[in-house]
Amino acid sequence: MDLIRMRKVKKTYKNGVTAIYDLDLKIKKGQFVFVIGSTGCGKSTLIKMLYREEKPTSGNIVVGGLNVAKLRNSKVYKLRRKIGVVFQDFKLLNKNTVYENVAFALEVIGEPKNVIHEKVIKSLELVGLKHKANNYPTHLSGGEQQRVAIARAIVNSPKLLICDEPTGNLDPETSMEIMKVLLEINKMGTTIIMVTHDTEIVNKLKKRVILLDSGRIVKDFEEGTYNHESIKNFK
Amino acid sequence: MKALRILSRNIRDSFKGVFRNFSLSLASISCITITLVVVALSIVLSINVNNFTTLVEKDVTIVAFLRSDIKEEEAIEIEEKLKSLDNLEKYTYHSKQEVTDEMKESSETFKSVMDSWSESENPLQPTFEVKVNDIEGIGEVAKSIKNIDGVETVKYGEGMIEQLITVFNTVRKIGYGVVAALILVTAFLITNTIKITIFSRKREIEIMRLVGASNLNIKIPFILEGLLLGVLGSIIPIGVTIYGYNYLYEHFNGQLFSPFIKLVKPNPFSLQVSGLLVIIGMLVGMFGSWRAVRKYLKI
Ligand SMILES: Nc1ncnc2c1ncn2[C@@H]1O[C@H](COP(=O)(O)OP(=O)(O)OP(=O)(O)O)[C@@H](O)[C@H]1O
Ligand SMILES: [Mg+2]
Repeated sequence: MDLIRMRKVKKTYKNGVTAIYDLDLKIKKGQFVFVIGSTGCGKSTLIKMLYREEKPTSGNIVVGGLNVAKLRNSKVYKLRRKIGVVFQDFKLLNKNTVYENVAFALEVIGEPKNVIHEKVIKSLELVGLKHKANNYPTHLSGGEQQRVAIARAIVNSPKLLICDEPTGNLDPETSMEIMKVLLEINKMGTTIIMVTHDTEIVNKLKKRVILLDSGRIVKDFEEGTYNHESIKNFK
Repeated sequence: MKALRILSRNIRDSFKGVFRNFSLSLASISCITITLVVVALSIVLSINVNNFTTLVEKDVTIVAFLRSDIKEEEAIEIEEKLKSLDNLEKYTYHSKQEVTDEMKESSETFKSVMDSWSESENPLQPTFEVKVNDIEGIGEVAKSIKNIDGVETVKYGEGMIEQLITVFNTVRKIGYGVVAALILVTAFLITNTIKITIFSRKREIEIMRLVGASNLNIKIPFILEGLLLGVLGSIIPIGVTIYGYNYLYEHFNGQLFSPFIKLVKPNPFSLQVSGLLVIIGMLVGMFGSWRAVRKYLKI
């Protein structure tokens, strides 16, 4: 079953730049998908439309049964509760502890305290940071901060986890730790879309890879078929 | 339950917002305080003026004395002219005979003296007693009556009350203007305060939106913050109203200058005014924050 279906999606920004042209894409439930491509090719724009940070100029987008392209601004929260998003810059609240940062995602949607506690601890365990629950983000390493962000993104058990260059600020070793966490989450059934520049990682994991160039999908490697040589032509 | 939890969270956030930028909040609160003190003064003055204006209006009468030798037909003519005046509530006619009888009744001495008068010797004058609708226009009505042929003299409230009311009304109008200006300034200041809160919580708002907080849920803390500023700003004005008015009432024994001008009793008046002050404070606060949310909370 498809979790995501995009049909003839086009995105032209207000300034006239067209970031995505006529894009068709289907992603099955439970898949792990890398989105790669040179800078400015439209990777972020593509996933922004999935979590409805941007609206497509034309075309159709369905995520988990929700018609995202037509989703009204006031209804975006319904989509967001089904999706987790992780960024390169973590987006943590530095005045709050690790626990509070993760709990925040549940508090603002009105979950009761006992449920919050249970889910937050479970989520922190999954990313291996339960022992740092009372630390502040500024006292953590970059990798740890990103794991907190991941814990927050999955604490509400989303169907889809979207990551925009989650390892962009991390060294290779730490990046692999993050990937291990993401694979773990994927194994539990969460669909993951990850934008990255890190061909090392893409190479190693042999997952589905979508290669974007100037707003179009130029290659779509099925899981396991990815081969580092094949993208060299595009770099 | 869920909504309640979110609301309690929002209330907490709004308190945090007030204290996060405390100096700015304090400026807003002071501005609301000043505004509401002026509002309170205006209301107290206004209601009191209205109150004693109605009281006084019931009592203040224009008495028009006609020439003593006036004839019946002439009196009727004068009556017709009276009728055509604006701002006339009612009038009563007292003929020469009635006036004479009245005086005779009032004392034996008068009676014996007056009994000796012949008809043409009787210097008493027939009168019209006139009441007006709008006390402020009483001077004009008196003037018009004076201009009617056959009216010799016109007397009414000696101008003191009329002047007082005019003064109070002018003060009240100035009060309205000042209040309107102050409310604008206050709303502007609150908008600015909330704007700063919005900016200082930018990241938090971004994350809230990301993890699925509804737009309303994101906006409410800021609206509440404005409301809270309004409530905090109304504390001093309420104190001033309740204690100040009670003191004033006691001090003047419930009347101003003359028994004519009765003050409204402090209870429940000062409490009602206080209630109104909180409501105005909250409305101004919410209006200011609503503007900020609309303008600066891009979600
Ligand atoms: N908000 C915006 N307004 C106008 N143009 C934009 C906006 N966001 C992106 N663009 C343009 O759209 C194109 C695609 O941008 P996008 O951010 O999707 O690229 P990207 O593939 O994520 O790049 P990078 O790898 O550097 O993150 C670029 O030309 C960019 O300048
Ligand atoms: Mg990008």
